[in-house]
Amino acid sequence: MTATATSARSDLSELGRSETALRTFLHGLPGVDQVGAEQRAAQLGTRSIKTTAKAQAIDLAIRMVDLTTLEGADTPGKVRALAAKALRPDPADPSCPHVGAVCVYPAMVPHVAEVLAGSGVHLASVATAFPSGQAPLEVKLADTRAAVAAGADEIDMVINRGAFLAGRYSEVYDEIVATKSACGDAHLKVILETGELATYDNVRRASWLAMLAGGDFIKTSTGKVPVAATLPVTLVMLEAVRDFRAATGRQVGVKPAGGIKTTKDAIKYLVMVNETVGADWLDPDWFRFGASSLLNDLLMQRTKLTTGVYSGPDYFTLD
Amino acid sequence: MSERVAVRKTYKLFIGGKFPRSESGRSYLVQSANVSLASRKDARDAVVAARAAVKGWAGATAYNRGQILYRVAEMLEGRREQFVGLGVPADEVDAAVDRWVWYAGWSDKLPQVYGGANPVAGPYFNLSAPEPTGVVAVVAPEQPALLGLVSVIAPAIVTGNTVVVAASPAQPLAAVTLAEVLATSDLPGGVVNVLTGRLAETVPTLAAHMDVNAIDLTGVADAELAADLEVRAAENLKRVLRPAPAGHDWSADPGITRMTALLETKTVWHPKGV
Amino acid sequence: MNFEYAPAPESRSVVDLKPSYGLFVDGKFVDPTDGGSFKSVNPASEEVLAEVAEAGSQDVDRAVHAARKAYEKVWGPMPGRDRAKYLFRIARIIQERSRELAVLESLDNGKPIKESRDVDLPLVAAHFFYYAGWADKLPHAGFGPDPQPLGVAAQVIPWNFPLLMLAWKIAPALAAGNTVVLKPAETTPLTALLFAEICQQADLPAGVVNIVTGAGDTGRALVEHPGVDKVAFTGSTEVGRAIARSVAGTRKKLTLELGGKAANIVFDDAPVDQAVEGIVNGIFFNQGHVCCAGSRLLVQESVAEQVLESLKRRMARLRVGDPLDKNTDIGAINSAAQLARIRELSDAGSAEGAERWSPPCELPERGFWFAPTIFTGVTQAHRIAREEIFGPVLSVLTFRTPAEAVEKANNTPYGLSAGIWTDKGSRILWLADRLRAGVVWANTFNKFDPTSPFGGYKESGYGREGGRHGLEGYLNV
Repeated sequence: MTATATSARSDLSELGRSETALRTFLHGLPGVDQVGAEQRAAQLGTRSIKTTAKAQAIDLAIRMVDLTTLEGADTPGKVRALAAKALRPDPADPSCPHVGAVCVYPAMVPHVAEVLAGSGVHLASVATAFPSGQAPLEVKLADTRAAVAAGADEIDMVINRGAFLAGRYSEVYDEIVATKSACGDAHLKVILETGELATYDNVRRASWLAMLAGGDFIKTSTGKVPVAATLPVTLVMLEAVRDFRAATGRQVGVKPAGGIKTTKDAIKYLVMVNETVGADWLDPDWFRFGASSLLNDLLMQRTKLTTGVYSGPDYFTLD
Repeated sequence: MSERVAVRKTYKLFIGGKFPRSESGRSYLVQSANVSLASRKDARDAVVAARAAVKGWAGATAYNRGQILYRVAEMLEGRREQFVGLGVPADEVDAAVDRWVWYAGWSDKLPQVYGGANPVAGPYFNLSAPEPTGVVAVVAPEQPALLGLVSVIAPAIVTGNTVVVAASPAQPLAAVTLAEVLATSDLPGGVVNVLTGRLAETVPTLAAHMDVNAIDLTGVADAELAADLEVRAAENLKRVLRPAPAGHDWSADPGITRMTALLETKTVWHPKGV
Repeated sequence: MNFEYAPAPESRSVVDLKPSYGLFVDGKFVDPTDGGSFKSVNPASEEVLAEVAEAGSQDVDRAVHAARKAYEKVWGPMPGRDRAKYLFRIARIIQERSRELAVLESLDNGKPIKESRDVDLPLVAAHFFYYAGWADKLPHAGFGPDPQPLGVAAQVIPWNFPLLMLAWKIAPALAAGNTVVLKPAETTPLTALLFAEICQQADLPAGVVNIVTGAGDTGRALVEHPGVDKVAFTGSTEVGRAIARSVAGTRKKLTLELGGKAANIVFDDAPVDQAVEGIVNGIFFNQGHVCCAGSRLLVQESVAEQVLESLKRRMARLRVGDPLDKNTDIGAINSAAQLARIRELSDAGSAEGAERWSPPCELPERGFWFAPTIFTGVTQAHRIAREEIFGPVLSVLTFRTPAEAVEKANNTPYGLSAGIWTDKGSRILWLADRLRAGVVWANTFNKFDPTSPFGGYKESGYGREGGRHGLEGYLNV
């Protein structure tokens, strides 16, 4: 951390007012060495989580799943079935916890809201011209307001990567601030689309930018570009939320999304959370998995731990 | 008319680019001349001078060191007759000049020949390069007085080491005269320091000195003394160049081992990433 | 939520330990002439693992003669192409039996299984594989058209990386055409003896590799034996000095890889999270039993507080305990003697006024353990900044300018390694030029590779191991 960045922190809330101040701050953040970050992530991936620890991790991971469907072919019937599964992931086992949230397009929100009402499962919606974010701000804000009005209590927005990569940080910042305002009481998850940011330095800067602008969560990916969540990207984002809380006192959540398909993957993420930011983030309020097929693998592994027998996909619902 | 009375030369030590007498005030008669008889203190002073010169000499560009060594050859060529007058055969002087030229060219080639990139199994830049070890004590061979001397000094200094040379006690004049050549060759003071006198007095001091990094025992003919010096050198783990058991053929291609024996290899790693 | 990792022990069943081991001489396991023996214990439990023969001077003599005979009759005359194939064979068997070797290494040494499994063993196999390829290419190695082997190499290795140090010694020696007598450390002889079995399995000709177990006396008899042509030693500077004296006046060629007190230099523009990982890896890898450990942290004063805070937070995550648990980061100290040395120097650190800190950390009751420890407020004058501790103890010093960092880093009789952490490329190269150390890791630390020469300046020894340079110590050049 450079001296510039440290002094700039003394009044972080002022940063958004000036393009120069924002740039100076973001470029003063410590760099990320790619090889070192990837090695650390790989090392954490070698942790061996067995028996009781595995059982604990699986239930936590289920509670952290943002059960997601973001297809052009989504229909009310399809999302209602998904919501039902979110409530009772394993109908055969009432001790199985429900997931963290269901995540759908804004148009699908009313159908899901009916099913989830009063359940404690959150309803997330991707707004702001997901996944490209390439729409006029007013359209994005209207998208957001509509989703919230229809019952979403979490909004997953995408940042304007074009503006970010062009160095127009204020533009990105202002959009996040405006979207946050449009969210009202709903939580705002800011999707960085890290696969398009290309470098870990950019991931760290974008993380800080999103947090400074008021994001409640930072999320890796839309799932719509070739490179989605990775362990090292999530590591860099976890370091960012850790440092942001140290600097401001405000805790921000992290959501890797896309490409996390197996229990083994999910546990690696939980180990990383545990050893990077600790117990405070090991909670569905502060860490989520954006995933769809992950849930069934978690359920299969859970059954295996309970019964001692490996299950098969035929024994779990496909919704 | 009476015959002109010659001006006789005083052969002094060469320390830090200057020609002092021994601090002990002693000299000895050899090769029909009075030559300074260096003391232990002179040896220590020479080490101080050599150490002080390391930073500038090791830090000079290889091109610059090569130019200076070539300049030494030029100056030596010009003093050919002077060495012949000291009894050095003319063809030996020629060979000594050629040896300076040979080594001069190595300064900017050895790092490529002796170092290089290492293809490590990972995303790293990895490069090994030779560096001078530092201050080298050198015991010059007695014969051939000039070629032997040049053949031990040049490989040590071309790579950036500085040296304290104990000249052959029986043949010191060529050494002191070579020092005069060096003093007029743009070679920074202290890069080469020359001690004349008794080996038994100066060399054990150099061998035991904790601020000397290496010792070249080529000129030590007495096996027992060589072993004793090597034992002393072990105290700070000096790099030791032992005398060749079968003697040296100074007319042969010197190869690079005299240079590499006085080098360290430094390997630098850096990740490759975006 | 607190996420507690359940025990995840690696199975011991893969290792088939015998109650006792003889010496490996001339292709066979033999009893020592005088019947002496010693016990090798598991430092994590103090359990006796096996009884191991102690070689006396007659045994050493026998081994040297076997090596000489093999050199003259078999290995020396053998075409490089065939020597290569034996080495490739050994490399492959090591890969195939790597889990067994890793578990045994962790049992005998105390190092975490994740390190023996993921670091030591892959490097051991890679080292044999690398030098195997040199055996039939020596005329192209840059040491003249027909470089010759030296003869019989006496090799004495330490206990911190038992099998890896064996590989560093044996692979280049054999590739160059020498035969060897190797003495493993008295606290960690078992993987060397398993390696002897691998030599048998590879049908390596008898006498090419001989393993004599024992302590200091055995090592002395070996390096002083008049029949050896080459001495290679890795270990303490003190013993290295004694060996340098003992070979004085002989024909024996010597390479020494000795102690270190490396500076790990962190600038204010460092990639700080990776730097903290590098600091941790630099000093806590292998319990700090690493000659090139980054045991002096030199941190720029302007970021010292922040770096230390991150470091402490990271250290609190280190898992100390059962070396065979796959989640253990720091295993057991190798021996009671080494533990006593670490304690003595740490106590000196406190007594000299440095501030000591360790994370809360429960240590097992039996075995030899030392919590990861840092000392702040250390100056160059403190013993803990000058002497090699060879344990998980970091001394933290600060600097203000690059020149001061160089000055402090070089202000030691050692010169094995150094670390640099900064995002500024030109500063790395400026610093790398000035650091008097054989290995400089910039924005990384404790990386090793068979192609990469390793070895020290000054009192850290001489000669290089690894790469083309590593052949030079075993050739008549």
